[in-house]
Amino acid sequence: MKKLINDPDGVVRDALVGIEVAHPDLRVDHENRIIYRREPTRPGKVALISGGGSGHEPLHGGYVGFGMLDAACAGEVFTSPTPDQMVEATKTADSGAGVLHIVKNYTGDVMNFEMAAELAESETGVRVASVVTDDDVAVQDSLYTAGRRGVGVTVLLEKIVGAAAEEGRDLDTLAELATRVNASGRSMGMALTSCIVPAAGKPTFDLPENEMEIGIGIHGEPGRHRVPLAGAREIAEQLVEPILADHDFTGAPAIVLLNGMGGSPLLELYLMYGEVQRILEASGVTVARSLVGNYITSLEMAGCSVTLLRADDELLGLWDAPVATPGLRWGV
Amino acid sequence: MARTSLTVADLVAWTQRFRDLMVEHRAALTELDSAIGDADHGSNMARGMQSAVEKLEQTAPETVGAWGKSVGMTLVSSVGGASGPLYGTFFLRFGASGGDATELDAAALGAALRAGLEGVLARGKAEPGDKTMIDALGPALDAFDAAVDQGLEAAIAAARDAAAAGRDATEPLQARKGRASYLGERSIGHVDPGATSTAYLFDALATATGSAA
Repeated sequence: MKKLINDPDGVVRDALVGIEVAHPDLRVDHENRIIYRREPTRPGKVALISGGGSGHEPLHGGYVGFGMLDAACAGEVFTSPTPDQMVEATKTADSGAGVLHIVKNYTGDVMNFEMAAELAESETGVRVASVVTDDDVAVQDSLYTAGRRGVGVTVLLEKIVGAAAEEGRDLDTLAELATRVNASGRSMGMALTSCIVPAAGKPTFDLPENEMEIGIGIHGEPGRHRVPLAGAREIAEQLVEPILADHDFTGAPAIVLLNGMGGSPLLELYLMYGEVQRILEASGVTVARSLVGNYITSLEMAGCSVTLLRADDELLGLWDAPVATPGLRWGV
Repeated sequence: MARTSLTVADLVAWTQRFRDLMVEHRAALTELDSAIGDADHGSNMARGMQSAVEKLEQTAPETVGAWGKSVGMTLVSSVGGASGPLYGTFFLRFGASGGDATELDAAALGAALRAGLEGVLARGKAEPGDKTMIDALGPALDAFDAAVDQGLEAAIAAARDAAAAGRDATEPLQARKGRASYLGERSIGHVDPGATSTAYLFDALATATGSAA
C-alpha cells in the first residue's frame, strides 16, 4: 500500500485538520468529527445535516457551506459515523426551525441516524426529519437485500434541497422536496480497480486486468456482475441502459452527473460523459444540466458512475441557485 | 463446585476476554469482511471493545445494568457502521434486563441474553437465515435454554458450541442484509463476519467464566 498518510488509524483525524485550514469558511469540531459552516445557522433556516463514512470526498464535508449542508459528520473510512456525533451536530446546527437528516441507504448509516433522531428528539426537543436516498439501480431485488444503495443522487439532493432551505422553506416542505428528488433520480456505477482501505492495507477485492465490475457501490462492495473489460462506448451503454430501463427520463429536462470514483483522470471522465450524453440524446432524454468530476468517490477506485435526475423548472431553478462549498461553487 | 451465578466482575472479565479476541482476530475478521462486506469489521470491533474496556477500567460498574449501559453506549458511540448499533443494542438491552442486580443466576442470564437478542432483531430487522450475527446468536440462546437445567456452566458451554455451529452454517447462505446482500449469490461460500464475532462473544463468555468444558 502506498498512500499519503502518517498512520492508517489516524487518516480521518489528520484529514479533518487539513480540511479546516484549507477552507476558512468552515470550522471543525475535532473531538466529535463534525464539519460546520463558520457562521451559525441563520434563525428561521432549517439546518441540513448529512454524514457517512470517510473516503467519499468531497461527500459530505465538502458540501458544507452556503446553499448546501450546515453540518456533516465524518465516520471512519467507509464506516458510518455514530449517533452521538449526529446528535451533537443536530443540536449545534439547529436554529429553532428543525433539522433535516440526509442519509444514504446503507445499513449502518440508517441505523445510526435512526438512533440519533430518537436521541435528539427525546433529549433536546429538536424537530428532526429524515430522508434516505436509494437511487442505485444496480441493486436489483430489494426485497432480498438491504434495499437500493444511496449514491450519486445524494449530491444532487443536497444541492437542490440546500437551495430551498436558504429560501426559508419549512422542515416539512423540505422533507417532501427531498423525497421527491430522491424518487426522481437513478444511478449506476462501475469499477476498473478496487480501492484500498488504509486500515486494511490491501485491495478490498481482486479484479483481473482484463475484467471490470459493473454495478458497484462506493465501498468496494462488489457489483451486479463481473464482465470482460470493454471500451468506453460499451461501458457507457452498460451504465445508462439499466437507468433508462428503471425510470422514464423522457419528456422532462434531466440533470446528469458523470462521477469519478477517485482514481480515473478527468480526461477519461469527460470522454465517458461524451458517450453518455450521446446515448441519452439518442434515447430521447433532454440533458438540461451536467456535472462531470469526482463528487462521490470511493478512495482511489478507478471507474465512474452515472446519475440521472428527472427535473422540472422548480428543480432546475434550485440547481442553478448560488452555492459556495469546497465541492460545488457557482453563482457567488 | 460448579458456579451457579455470574457477578458483575465476571461480566467485566467477559468484556475483557471479548476485547482480547477481537484484537487477536482483528485481521482475520477484516479478511472475512473484505470477501463479502467492506473490510472493516475487525478493525471496528477491536477499536470499540478496546474503548469499552477502558471505560470499565475508569468507572467500575456496580450493577448488571450499569455494566450493560457502559459497554453498550461505548460501542454505539465508538464503533459506527452496523456493528456499533447492533452490538451496542445487545449490551444495552442485556444490561436493562439485569437492572440493579449484582449477580445473575442461569435463568436471569438466559433472560438477559434473550433481551439482547430481541434488541438486535428490532434494530437490524434481520431474520434467521439472512447470514448475519443473528445466525450465531439465535442458536446460542436456544442451546443455552435447552441446557439450563444442567447448570450455568453447562448452559454457557452449550451456547458457545451452538454459536460456533451457527457461524459455520452461514457459509452456504446467501446474504439478505447489510452490504453483503449486494453480492447476491456471490455471498454464498463465505462465512459471515458478524456471526464470527458473535461466536467469539460466546467463546469469551465460556472462558471468562470457567465454563470451557
